[in-house]
Formats: sequence, C-alpha cells, structure tokens
Amino acid sequence: MLLFDIILIFMIIGTIIAVETKNMLSAVVAVGAVGFGVSLLFLYLRAPDIAITQVIVEILSLIILIRVATRVDNVAIEKRIDNFANMTGLIFIGLFIAFCIWAFTDVIPFTNPLMRVSQHYLDAGLRETGAANIVAAVILDYRAYDTLGEAVVIFTSILGAFVILRNKGKKKHSEEDDVTVGILEDA
Amino acid sequence: MLQYLLDMIIFALGIYCLIAKRHIIKKIIGMCIIEYSINLFLILLGYRMHGIAPIILPEMNNSYFAQYSVDPLPQALVLTSIVIGLGTLALMAAFAIKLYEKYRTFDMSEIHRLRG
Amino acid sequence: MKQDIIEEITHDRSTGMTLIVKTVAKIMIAMVLLFGFYIIIYGHLTPGGGFAGGVIIAIAYVLMMLAFSRKVALKKLNDFWASIFDNLGMLAFIVIAYIGLGFGYFMYNFIWHGNPFHLISAGIIPLCNIAIGIKVGAALYAIFIGLSIYGRITTKEEE
Repeated sequence: MLLFDIILIFMIIGTIIAVETKNMLSAVVAVGAVGFGVSLLFLYLRAPDIAITQVIVEILSLIILIRVATRVDNVAIEKRIDNFANMTGLIFIGLFIAFCIWAFTDVIPFTNPLMRVSQHYLDAGLRETGAANIVAAVILDYRAYDTLGEAVVIFTSILGAFVILRNKGKKKHSEEDDVTVGILEDA
Repeated sequence: MLQYLLDMIIFALGIYCLIAKRHIIKKIIGMCIIEYSINLFLILLGYRMHGIAPIILPEMNNSYFAQYSVDPLPQALVLTSIVIGLGTLALMAAFAIKLYEKYRTFDMSEIHRLRG
Repeated sequence: MKQDIIEEITHDRSTGMTLIVKTVAKIMIAMVLLFGFYIIIYGHLTPGGGFAGGVIIAIAYVLMMLAFSRKVALKKLNDFWASIFDNLGMLAFIVIAYIGLGFGYFMYNFIWHGNPFHLISAGIIPLCNIAIGIKVGAALYAIFIGLSIYGRITTKEEE
C-alpha cells in the first residue's frame, strides 16, 4: 500500500508540472507520465483489461497531442496576467478539497466494495455466458447496450472531426498532398 | 480514504488548468487529466483487499473465485470510457488546428477579441 | 520487380525517417499487427477484448505512416477503404444484435455456448469482439489520416 501512495504522489507532481510549465513539449511529456502512472495503478488494482487499454490509448493520444501542440508556437506565454481566473480557480480548488474531506467520511471504505449486482455476475457468469473473462461477458452480454452506445459515440466523434477538418468545398488533389508527413520533418 | 483524497487532488488540479489557463492546448491537457482521475476513482471503488483479477482460470474453484475476485462492473464501464476519451481528444485537436489556421494564435483571449 | 520497389522505398532518403528506423519498423509492424489480432480473438479468455485490440491495429498503421511516408501507408490502406471497414464493423455489430431479436430479445446470445476455456465458445462474444476491433481500428487510422492531410499548420513564410 505504501508503493500505491508513492505512485499517487508522483502523479500529483507530474500534474503540477503539466499545468504550470511554459514549454509545450514538457507539458505533453508530463501528461504522458501521468497516464503511465495511472496504468501502473490499474495493474495494482487487479484490472489487467483496463491497464492494457490505458497504455495503448496513452500512446495514441501522445502522438496526437505532439502533432497539434509542438508544430508551431512552442511556448505558452501569456501577455496579460488574468487575476480573476486564477483566483477563481484557486478558490474552487480549496472549496472542492474541503467538500471532499467532508464527503469521503460517508463513502464506502477503500477495500470493501459494495457488490450487489456484481455478485450475481461473478457467481453465474461462466455458466450463463460461457466466457472465462467476466469483464468481456459483462460488456458484451449483460450490458451490450452500453457497448452499442459507445460504438455510436466513437463513430460520431470521428465523423465530426472530419467535418471540421475539411477544406471548404472539394479541393483538387494537389501535388503537395503527396509529400511526407513524418513527425520530425516538415514538408 | 487517503487514496480517494489524493485522486481528487489530481481532479482539482485538472479543473484549475481547464479554467485558469488561456492556451488552448493547456485546456486540452486539463481535460485529459480530469479523465485520468475519474477513471482511477471508479476503479478504486471496486477493489477488494488481497483480491484476484476477474478472469476464471481452468483449475479455479467457482466459489473461491466468487469470494475473492474484485468488482467487474466498474471495469466494464471504465473500459468504454477510456476509448471515448480518445475520440473526444481527436475532436478537440481538430478544433485547435482549425482555430489556429483562422486566427494565427492559440491564446483564447485574443481569439475572443478578434471575433471574426 | 517487388524487390525494386522495396529497395526504392527503403533507400529513398528524402521521405520518412532514417534507415535504422525503417529497418526496425519493417519487423515491428508485422508483430504489432499480429499482437492486435491475438488480443481481439482471445478476448473472451484473457484480458483484452475488442477495444484494446482495435487501437493496437490502428497503432500498427500509424507506425507505418510515421516511419515511411504518407504515400506508402495510403497505398496499403487508403482513406476510402478505411471508411468502408469502419462502417462494415458497425453494421456487423448491429446485424448480430438484430438476429438475436428473432430468438428472444435484442442482443440475445443465440449461438451455442460451447465448452468453456476453448477458443470457440461463449456465443456471440468473439464475433462482436472482431466487429468492434475492426471498427475502432479503422476509425482511429482514418482520423490520423485526416489530421495529417487536412490539418497542415503552415507558418507565415510558407503562405
């Protein structure tokens, strides 16, 4: 349990670096470190499905963030210091942490989960569905509607990203669209 | 309770980054940090002390598995949530690219002043 | 003939990354693709499933696009076919759900459950995993093509 808390504190330090630094490449690398720390914690909490998915999604989101954030304008310098937004943010953090300390006295203690429906899934999962991976049985047999909704959400968000990125009208496929794209080289 | 509290500190820092910074990519980074902390919180709710992963091995007794396994329901919800977070990130990156093409800056207050 | 094309892509210094990266990528793309298919197909026996495997397949194609040039990756799988696979995956998932409606309720597990701990078991779960894996992989590869073709951030001198 001590290792768990140490990794959480490491993640808090990484978050502070990602929020405050002015160099965009450092911020993206810090977010990547926080993501890998989260994946280690998932492995500790006995969730191997989630750990695999978190590592893979972290890699792809790092690629997208580097492509957007570090092509031009590598630093985030603010010309005017906006005191109102900073004060509002800090007041919100203070109030939120105070509220959390009060609310977490009432939530379930850390290592005794409240499993009312899940007990039935664990008892009868192999018998009713035939799958040895109970998480796969839950997302594709007991709760398949949520998977359908999730497929629709991914579909729609990718469609929306394409609609936003398209140029006005259909441009003719020009010569410069065939040049390289590699991350480290500019065309 | 200490683990819940440390996780909520990460969430609070993410929200601070989302509302108090004016660079668009910082806001996207704040959104990513919020997603990490919320997924971690949901999995923290389902951990059982000295538990085993919810996967049945061929030589395992069913009653032993039902007594010692961790909660599989939050893991099913978080699995879809992580991949949806990736789709949302792609959409936000598309917005950021288009805003830079039109206004030549990533600073939100400048964009708010230019007003097309 | 094919050897000439491979020589031309590998030794073409103006596109893509250096020679070391290209040589390693040629081996790694096949292994990553195979690993992705393994995670999808054995999703009902070991951790993984359709979503993780689909993202791994998308990463294999993104690696191809980054190490070699965009033209090589588009020759293997261009954006028209990526869109077709995306829609086919979604359609297969919905058709499987509707066939279950004829046997009971929507998304009913109508295939024979089989022996547990074998590859062919658990009804519709492997088929749904394959459909979702193809869908998620093609969609994420398509959005990466979009970000690299359309979203070109140019500096002031290039205008």
